Amino acid sequence: MSSAPSAVHSLWTLADQSTSSTIGTFTQPHVQYAQLSPMLIVTGAAVLGILAEAFVPRKGRYWTQIGIALTGLVAAFVAIVLLAADGYAGAKADLAVQGAVAVDGPALFLQGTILLISIVAVLGFAERRLETGTAANGAPVDAFTPQAAAVPGSDAEKSAVRSGFATTEVYPLTMFAVVGMLLFPAAGDLLTMFIALEVFSLPLYLLCALARRRRLLSQEAAVKYFLLGAFSSAFFLFGLALLYGYAGTVSLSGIAAVVSGTESPVTPALANTTGNDALLLIGMAMIGVGLLFKVGAVPFHSWTPDVYQGAPTPVTGFMAAATKVAAFGALLRLLYVAFPGLTWDFRPVMWGVAILTMVVGSIIAVTQTDVKRLLAYSSIAHAGFILTGVIAMNKAGISAVLFYLGAYSFVTLGAFAVVTLVRDAGGEATHLSRWAGLGRRSPLVAAVFALFLLAFAGIPLTSGFAGKFAVFQAAAASGATPLVIVGVLSSAVAAFFYIRVIVLMFFSDPRPDGPSVAVPSVFTGTAIALGVAVTLVLGILPQYFLHLAGQASVFIH
Amino acid sequence: MSSFPLLTVTAALPAVGAVLTAALPAATNPRRRDLNKIIPLALSLATLALSIVIAVRFTPGGAHYQFTESHPWIADFGIGYSLGVDGIAVVLILLTAVLVPFVMLASWHDADPVANDAGTFERSRRTQGFFALILAVEAMVVLSFESTDVFLFYVFFEAMLIPMYFLIGGFGDRTQGEDAKQRSYAAVKFLLYNLLGGLIMLAAVIGLYVITAQQGIGTGGHGTFDLPTITRALASGKLHFSPVAENALFLGFMFAFAVKAPLWPLHTWLPNAMGEATPGVAVLITAVVDKVGTFAMLRYCLYLFPNASRTFAPAILVLALIGIIYGALLAVGQKDIKRLIAFASISHFGFIIMGIFAMTSQAQAGATLYMVNHGISTALLLLVAGFLMSRRGSRLIGDYGGVQKVAPILAGTFLIGGLATLSLPGLAPFVSEFLVLVGTFTRYPVIGIIATIGIVLAALYVLVLYQRTMTGPVKAAVSGFRDLRARELVVVTPLIALLLVLGVYPKPLTDLVNPAVNATLSAVQRTDPAPAHPVTATGTTGTTTTTTGGGQ
Repeated sequence: MSSAPSAVHSLWTLADQSTSSTIGTFTQPHVQYAQLSPMLIVTGAAVLGILAEAFVPRKGRYWTQIGIALTGLVAAFVAIVLLAADGYAGAKADLAVQGAVAVDGPALFLQGTILLISIVAVLGFAERRLETGTAANGAPVDAFTPQAAAVPGSDAEKSAVRSGFATTEVYPLTMFAVVGMLLFPAAGDLLTMFIALEVFSLPLYLLCALARRRRLLSQEAAVKYFLLGAFSSAFFLFGLALLYGYAGTVSLSGIAAVVSGTESPVTPALANTTGNDALLLIGMAMIGVGLLFKVGAVPFHSWTPDVYQGAPTPVTGFMAAATKVAAFGALLRLLYVAFPGLTWDFRPVMWGVAILTMVVGSIIAVTQTDVKRLLAYSSIAHAGFILTGVIAMNKAGISAVLFYLGAYSFVTLGAFAVVTLVRDAGGEATHLSRWAGLGRRSPLVAAVFALFLLAFAGIPLTSGFAGKFAVFQAAAASGATPLVIVGVLSSAVAAFFYIRVIVLMFFSDPRPDGPSVAVPSVFTGTAIALGVAVTLVLGILPQYFLHLAGQASVFIH
Repeated sequence: MSSFPLLTVTAALPAVGAVLTAALPAATNPRRRDLNKIIPLALSLATLALSIVIAVRFTPGGAHYQFTESHPWIADFGIGYSLGVDGIAVVLILLTAVLVPFVMLASWHDADPVANDAGTFERSRRTQGFFALILAVEAMVVLSFESTDVFLFYVFFEAMLIPMYFLIGGFGDRTQGEDAKQRSYAAVKFLLYNLLGGLIMLAAVIGLYVITAQQGIGTGGHGTFDLPTITRALASGKLHFSPVAENALFLGFMFAFAVKAPLWPLHTWLPNAMGEATPGVAVLITAVVDKVGTFAMLRYCLYLFPNASRTFAPAILVLALIGIIYGALLAVGQKDIKRLIAFASISHFGFIIMGIFAMTSQAQAGATLYMVNHGISTALLLLVAGFLMSRRGSRLIGDYGGVQKVAPILAGTFLIGGLATLSLPGLAPFVSEFLVLVGTFTRYPVIGIIATIGIVLAALYVLVLYQRTMTGPVKAAVSGFRDLRARELVVVTPLIALLLVLGVYPKPLTDLVNPAVNATLSAVQRTDPAPAHPVTATGTTGTTTTTTGGGQ
């Protein structure tokens, strides 16, 4: 046996050093845990939440879960602030975990925004004063179905309601979704981006199915979201594969280097495909499809109205705000870090997408009669406005998009929080005709909603105007004047349906059998108050946050 | 000069007053309600006092913009909180501050709670809401006049639409059903039309900013919105617009101001809005808010885009002329008193815009005076018409007849208002109308000649209105009319006094206005045309006599 070739060896023997086979040494990856701390903290909160679901008795679950969730999110936000103060947003920006995670200005800004949105959203999930409890003990209930696995309308569902069950799993699900959203705009390579996409999408599909009222509509929304989302993730993955074939690497900066020709990939297996521009363009287009789906851009928007309408309203608010922030962050990073050299190629297509999105979102919203669908189409139109800032491809564009995302998300959260308050015997009254005369019965709530609608419309002195001005100014500076003109015209169309709701609330007579406005507990009240405060502060004194966004707008390559 | 921020306080006082009024506790009895109304009235009188201080301390021959204040606001976009007034702004701020207390007094009972309302808001907070909104409009209008930063102006130009919208749509001849729908339609039309104009102006504002940024006018790599800086850069040649860009920006700005002013054919919102609103709110629309539009034409279009202004002036003059004739013709055929006055306003605004774009010193001084005089005369006419309508509860001319036999003072004040509207010599509007026509004639004789038809038609619609409502047999419903009460007399007497005084002695106003007009003309690089038949120097005295309009 001693003369046998040393290439065959067992687990317990060392390879022969003299052979020519190159067995590479294994270098342990260096994980910068401190830079990943926000994501790790939220993951920890998620895992703790799962354990709490398993082991904490039913009575104590609600408060335990809220405590874990809020503590985790606040701690993660503190970690972000510490990282930013330490200089990771500027001079010390870094690609952590061997290039998989970027810790730079835009990543920290967007992650901070997502965490703030999540805190407000969790407060909204925790609201239990609004639904009149039908449990035997009259306990207050939240917006989520007591037992998701029970068939709607069956006896199992009725007994679950009577027993006072609650789906407190929503909190750890939300935490997982937040982890994915934190990673998505900070991904340093495409595979990490894909993983983050899946991690945040799957819990969201589940969350959409958990509405307490109109369960069939909710489940339909979840299935639609899941099918279309899976389809778009497949597009993303296929595009990823094509880009790997082109560049030989999935790292964003690596792809950029191959595009600009400063590096040529050396993988022998890819020798036939590297440098093939067709692969690059098709791959970029497919990844674009995946991302534009998540953003809600036309023509990949058809899921938005149905999902927004069917999901429980607190979840809709969370999705509308946080998903957009994460998805636009990823789109920004992709275009500015991986594909800046292809600006001439993708700009015409993005122009078309932006114009279509702004126009279609505004025009179709005019005919809507359900307030949640109306807000869904309005969010499509806003995605179009943000796209004009993305297309600008200059530093002003990045900071404008960051500011717009921050301003827009709080208005959205506040608006959906108000929608949860307008209720009648059958639950939320979302048909617009039932909102008639709300301004006469509950002037404060109607005035707050009117403020949010005016912020959506972009009236000066609201945060919506500051955001719109920033993105249009960035687009105009980059030469996209037609986009600005289409933008202001579709803003004018959009103003029509926002004003129509205000007219309905204030200048129509209330219906005798109309809905009433429930008095929120401190949870939803905080969400609404925060929305109002952010809208007014960012509208009247936006300088500090504009400056912050401007400082945070340098991507690391 | 002390560094007391006079302009900020003049604008902040009504704003604070609006918030205060809205926060007052709800009134449960009429006495308490009256107390709730006295507070906003007092605040508006305080604002009037402050504006008189501004007018008195303004030095006509001094710096172009006086009482300037400047603080950085949004430095990343070159936006600053910059205030300053020239003569034209002073005069218009005075007009606003004078009219608002009268509007409040005249609308004392317009916002009282309705008997059979449907919600708590109607019952308790309606009155405060009305007066708070009026103060809010005043604050925003004053700030628009005071602003020397284009963005700051734009913000308040747009923001004032919201309280105006609630004033038009939320308060009216209180009824439910059909009338409420009409009111809502008028308010929405007002808001959307003006929003559209404002959004097109936004594109132009952004374009202006991008050009200043590209040519390095602002500091720190940003552009700037500061009007004096931009005008200086234009004059020195540092800032240069390409002809296409300047025309496009001019049209963008002009579209918004033409909707606001209004200029034919963008005027269709005005008759609806004025017809459906209460008389006090209608006065606010036409005498206060619309002046922002014409003021902005003078201040922003002419200063920022002088070449484009000269290019488009003939077209705008034609549109203004059409507006004069069209408004007057349609006023003749109206059956509704408030709509008649609305079309008359369209005609008058045609004169104002004609005066601005004729670009002679007489015409522009006349146009500025016209803004003030039209404000006062239309206010008088509308408010007296409001008193008339409140006695019968109807807007239709046919419902009235022979009022002068029953309520002679009412009829007399109505007549004075009407005579002012048709520019009878001796009343203030004559001075401005004369100046506008003479100034236009010197440069565009044909347009000036055709515009005089407007005066004839004005006589027609005013006198026919008076004849139908005030003279003739007394209608049954009219016989019980009371004459003007004390409160109503307090409203009309000072307005009539102003009309008479300014008609005979307009010099204080013209002294304030002339230097600003001369500055505008030099910005637009126009001088007055030489007279066609000059009088020789040897024979007569005073070849270039100083008319009150000021020659060059």
